[in-house]
Amino acid sequence: MNNVFVYCEIEGTTVEEVSLELLTKGRKLATELGVELEAVCIGSGITGKVEPQVIPYGVDKLHIFDDARLFPYTSKPHTSIMVNLFKQEKPQICLMGATVIGRDLGPRVSSSCTSGLTADCTSLEIGSYDDKKAGKHYDNLLFQIRPAFGGNIVATIVNPDHRPQMATVRSGVMKAEVLDPNYKGQVVVHNVDDFVPSTDYVVKVIERHVEKAKNNLKGAPIIVAGGYGVGSKENFDLLRKLAEELHGEVGASRAAVDAGFCEHDLQIGQTGVTVRPKVYIACGISGAIQHVAGMKESGIVISINTDPAAPINDIADYVITGAVEDVVPKLIKYYKQNSK
Amino acid sequence: MSLNIVVLAKQVPDTRNVGKDAMTPEGTVNRAALPAIFNPEDLNALEQALRLKEQNPGSTVSILTMGPPRATEVIREGLYRGADCGYLLTDRAFAGADTLATSYALSMAIKKIGKVDIVIGGRQAIDGDTAQVGPQVAQKLDLNQVTYVEEVLSCADGKITVRRHIDGGIETVEAPLPIVLTVNGSADPCRPRNAKLVMKYKRAMAPMEMPENLPYADEYKRKPYLTVTQWGAADVDADLNQCGLAGSPTKVKAVQNIVFKAKESKRLGSSDSEVEGLVQELLASHTIG
Repeated sequence: MNNVFVYCEIEGTTVEEVSLELLTKGRKLATELGVELEAVCIGSGITGKVEPQVIPYGVDKLHIFDDARLFPYTSKPHTSIMVNLFKQEKPQICLMGATVIGRDLGPRVSSSCTSGLTADCTSLEIGSYDDKKAGKHYDNLLFQIRPAFGGNIVATIVNPDHRPQMATVRSGVMKAEVLDPNYKGQVVVHNVDDFVPSTDYVVKVIERHVEKAKNNLKGAPIIVAGGYGVGSKENFDLLRKLAEELHGEVGASRAAVDAGFCEHDLQIGQTGVTVRPKVYIACGISGAIQHVAGMKESGIVISINTDPAAPINDIADYVITGAVEDVVPKLIKYYKQNSK
Repeated sequence: MSLNIVVLAKQVPDTRNVGKDAMTPEGTVNRAALPAIFNPEDLNALEQALRLKEQNPGSTVSILTMGPPRATEVIREGLYRGADCGYLLTDRAFAGADTLATSYALSMAIKKIGKVDIVIGGRQAIDGDTAQVGPQVAQKLDLNQVTYVEEVLSCADGKITVRRHIDGGIETVEAPLPIVLTVNGSADPCRPRNAKLVMKYKRAMAPMEMPENLPYADEYKRKPYLTVTQWGAADVDADLNQCGLAGSPTKVKAVQNIVFKAKESKRLGSSDSEVEGLVQELLASHTIG
């Protein structure tokens, strides 16, 4: 009762990185609240496979639901499991990845539990809240912090009266850290049919094609990212050249993706990938908070922008005032000349 | 077979092209600086709905939107592109709704519309980016859902087959009707307005939009399709405790304008010597190379 729950996303029998990140965060929240951390793993043939992947993150209790019909993911069976499990366990907090699955499942579960759900949180904290209208004070609420309104503001959302307090978080926003490789957690393998009516299995996945990500943005030590100020697809190729020289990866802001300068999977920011490279070279990126949310943990930020007052310059270590098509070729040239 | 299709559409402030005047000095949103538009992904959804209508003669495409009277603009926009009719869900009781209260109101309106085969909307709206309303409507109606749809491949014999995006790939899914679908922005764009339909529907209005001394009053009597159906909370039998602020479990505790933590940044121009100097400095500190 009253524990912190994490829904673990599973591809085949492998728990996704985003879920390990959430377990790490969930462990910290549970410790702060003085409660236990529980994980839910739903899939096919996962018993015996997921326990060692999950428990070292400080999971006190692992709920396993194993049935051939539970993978690939479909909405209704996974929803029924979560909703019926929550009826028994009454968690106070539930975290899910802001992935395609988490964003399909989360709203459905929250609607069923009439509980609040905050999407794409960039930070989660515990704190107190005064409802001035109702004159009520609440302690130990989950502060769900996220950019809102196209990223121009940051809102702190609370769910004072409804449980569980639900939040989704994008991959890469939190950091995964094993708590103790020998952590002792209880494992409960549930009888799936007690949770899922057979009528739930009506949506059929008839074909499925998953490939590993084409780029390695998340792990790249150097990222050259382009924004709307890059100006064209051709200019974007300059960034690719620079990235290649530096042995880095290219990324982009939403504006550059929307303008068609590059493909969608390069998008960095709140609705894209979150990165923490050693060096981040922002080319023609103004620095909307949604973008900054996805790169603010970068080591050194170099901004190239014609606008000396671009917001991103405020978080940059180096600001080059100039046009991308002018500066980037120079960077390539002098890098070639000066490096061995 | 003929289908009854409801398109969920939202009028949103255009947050994609935000200028410096989008925020007031007090840190609130300057709505006047942001034009109101048809939520982009809802247009992708409308296109899929219109194609289904073409492939299934006798089908009806209705636009359902919740918002203030001026949100009727998205209904007109839908009619210009081939939708058959629209429903404006408007009531002060709906104000301040989070996604849960919104989906409750929409689900009550869909129940009122009657036997619906497909509810289709954009994956998410650009002012909130939550992607929650579609699945929450599906849950409230106890319907199956398929989110992140790229394309409807076929719809026959009470079954629909769609191609959808998943993390790192694609999936083809078959599901029975009725169903709720949410469509990605990467799906085919919506067809443009049809000039004849613009002529036909340009005076379409919801009752709350109509001025007191309505010009062409006779025309509205002769052409009932010019009056957009307008429903309040009572019209859809909505429980007021589940609407608007009262029905929203999430509360906004605080809103902050973003202030970046200013770093001590080194500023330079784009001359050759300055760029070379920077490259040498970064190489010397092993930042790059």
